[in-house]
Amino acid sequence: MNVDWASFSPWPALAGGVLIGLAATLLALANGRVAGISGIVGGLLRPSLPDALWRAAFVAGLVVAPIAYVILRPAPEIIIDAGYPTLIVAGFVVGIGTRYGAGCTSGHGVCGLSRLSPRSLVATLVFMAAGFATVFLTRHIFSL
Amino acid sequence: MYLFCAFLAGLVFGLGLIVSGMASPAKVLGFLDLAGRWDPSLALVMAGAIAVGAIGFAIAVRRPLTLLQTPMLMPTTRTIDRRLIVGSLLFGIGWGLAGFCPGPALVALGAGYLKALMFVAAMIVGMLAFDRIEERRIQPVAQAASVRAGAME
Repeated sequence: MNVDWASFSPWPALAGGVLIGLAATLLALANGRVAGISGIVGGLLRPSLPDALWRAAFVAGLVVAPIAYVILRPAPEIIIDAGYPTLIVAGFVVGIGTRYGAGCTSGHGVCGLSRLSPRSLVATLVFMAAGFATVFLTRHIFSL
Repeated sequence: MYLFCAFLAGLVFGLGLIVSGMASPAKVLGFLDLAGRWDPSLALVMAGAIAVGAIGFAIAVRRPLTLLQTPMLMPTTRTIDRRLIVGSLLFGIGWGLAGFCPGPALVALGAGYLKALMFVAAMIVGMLAFDRIEERRIQPVAQAASVRAGAME
């Protein structure tokens, strides 16, 4: 294994992770909800007030985050190499997959593993493996 | 207060994604590329989040009510079935294709990236497609299914 030491950023990664953990804790303790982003967005698509309100508030917080961030710090570096056709296919597959699997990196990966849920552990292992395999195929076999 | 807490949780979650570098698909793909120049950062993001989250959820599951005296609505599904596997498989493929999962895509959308908007729009279409398929599959109990889906993550 060839580690990219120049890109590896252990301290920002840990600090960001702690913030994500705090956010999940807040939503659990104050709202009694799991911070699963695909589930929160998915629920918004089935309008049933007042349930939609907290979902919209959470999503608004996520979307506003980069705007709040630049008040204190320089704009974050966001690099999106994928082209539009890839993004559209990827988005569609992520949308349908996260609803079938009832969770994504946040719901299963962060919250599910924090809750020691065997179901979420299986989901996380499966989507991690699929992610590794997909990148291996696109970068090293088909060189897309 | 209930809505403010939900907003704050989303904001802090988004800031965490930005601070950790995970709002950038290139960084995420650096983690998923085991055979290339591997960037282990994402593993530490997960470790930090789970270390804190484990304490938070350990407290949460012991409480019948939240701090705001509302019901504690934690997921109750425990079944490990084909839906979970196939869904997670599809999600992982899409994640690996672009390096975006739902959270970072919404943050990048907020940062004004048109490409993130495209991804989010396609993701919403995918979610609506799922709802349509589900409706047809279980028409008589569609109402019960939507209630159940709402209780899951």
